[in-house]
Amino acid sequence: MGSNTASTPRPLRIAVASGKGGTGKTTVAVSLALSLIEPPPTATSQPQVAFLDCDVEGPNAHLYLRPIFDRREDVVILVPEVDASKCTVCGKCAEVCQYHAILVLGTTPLVFPHLCHGCGSCAQICPENAISEQPHPIGVVEAGITPHGIFFARGMLQAGEPLATPIIRRLKQWAIPPSTSSHSVIIFDAPPGTSCPVVETARGADFLLLVTEPTPFGLHDLRLAAQVAGELGIPAGVVINRDGIGDESVASFCASAGLPILMRIPFQRAISEGIAQGRALLDIHPEYRTGFWNMFQHIQDLLAHHSQMGTLRQLATDSQ
Amino acid sequence: MKIAIPASAPSLDAPMDSRFGRSAYFILVDTDTMQWEAHENPAVHASGGAGLQAVQFLSQFGTQAVISCDFGPNATTALSAAGILMYQCNSPLTVREAVSQLSAGQLHQVHNATNPGHHGK
Repeated sequence: MGSNTASTPRPLRIAVASGKGGTGKTTVAVSLALSLIEPPPTATSQPQVAFLDCDVEGPNAHLYLRPIFDRREDVVILVPEVDASKCTVCGKCAEVCQYHAILVLGTTPLVFPHLCHGCGSCAQICPENAISEQPHPIGVVEAGITPHGIFFARGMLQAGEPLATPIIRRLKQWAIPPSTSSHSVIIFDAPPGTSCPVVETARGADFLLLVTEPTPFGLHDLRLAAQVAGELGIPAGVVINRDGIGDESVASFCASAGLPILMRIPFQRAISEGIAQGRALLDIHPEYRTGFWNMFQHIQDLLAHHSQMGTLRQLATDSQ
Repeated sequence: MKIAIPASAPSLDAPMDSRFGRSAYFILVDTDTMQWEAHENPAVHASGGAGLQAVQFLSQFGTQAVISCDFGPNATTALSAAGILMYQCNSPLTVREAVSQLSAGQLHQVHNATNPGHHGK
């Protein structure tokens, strides 16, 4: 777990994931951000909020938060280029490549840039120094401030490029350098699914907020997402969206898996229509502001309890 | 001529595998002697670049031609670079039928990819 020894408090990192696409992940992430930046009058603190849209294959949180982007950077990976005059066709580069992005057939190596993960092993291992690494653009990262005062950043994968993970990794480093962060809460809007890009988004998060819907599909993907949270050792809680459809199987799964249900958002025509028009949930139903703020308090309580449990467990093992 | 055919089982009478890079087996047949051998495809569970790994594998046996239902863009590039000819059959056959159709000149040679590839799908 993250050490908390620095004098400036480490920001609280909440990743919002769903397993299933179209569940309402962005709706929940955006609502959480808006409720934190404009907390209810009873609140005792006002967090500085950063929002990272890590769904780099289809970023859409900007539609609701409307940032003005003023920083932009290309994301490149380094792909090999072979100097045919130096290459002796020994094949070591092809052997070392886990992704078969470089192949030695006949007289010269063939490079497939779309398969390359940019690890640089081929250039390292080449005995003739015949491989140089050339930058290959795969997308961009952008950042700016929203009218509400939320620091907003997103990554965008270039169409036709297969690798989302390097963009997400770069987005996190570039937008929130650990040394200069003045934010007290960072919200990460994860891509759908449970594959590498989701793991990359959730890596380093303090809490994983899993959005689901109470249907067999929602339950199936929630199980997978909960497994990811378990593997990463990140405490998690659940928001049930479109509550009222489906059945209670999600709720009973949460009970048996020890996943707290932090909020239920009803299935309501007014909500769906508003979201489809680009309105945030808190614009449609301002009373949810308090609900999301309370959920944030609940998450903080859970985390305090969790680290206490960690300490108790540590004490128990130390005394053995 | 030494040809390779993607197959779902290690037998001449096995049905062809409809995909090239991720077929379970490759049957290598010498069309002059009809001697054959079956090899497990090392690329069957590759996370990506299965077609390329399969080509690299087949090239070490001196394969001169491949019969497949489909050729992806990466595999096509690699097969061309390795000087391996590509023959397409439009309906699924057994390995034995594919070989006899090739010998009878009933399969047409392709030079470009026949599908847009499976990468990232």
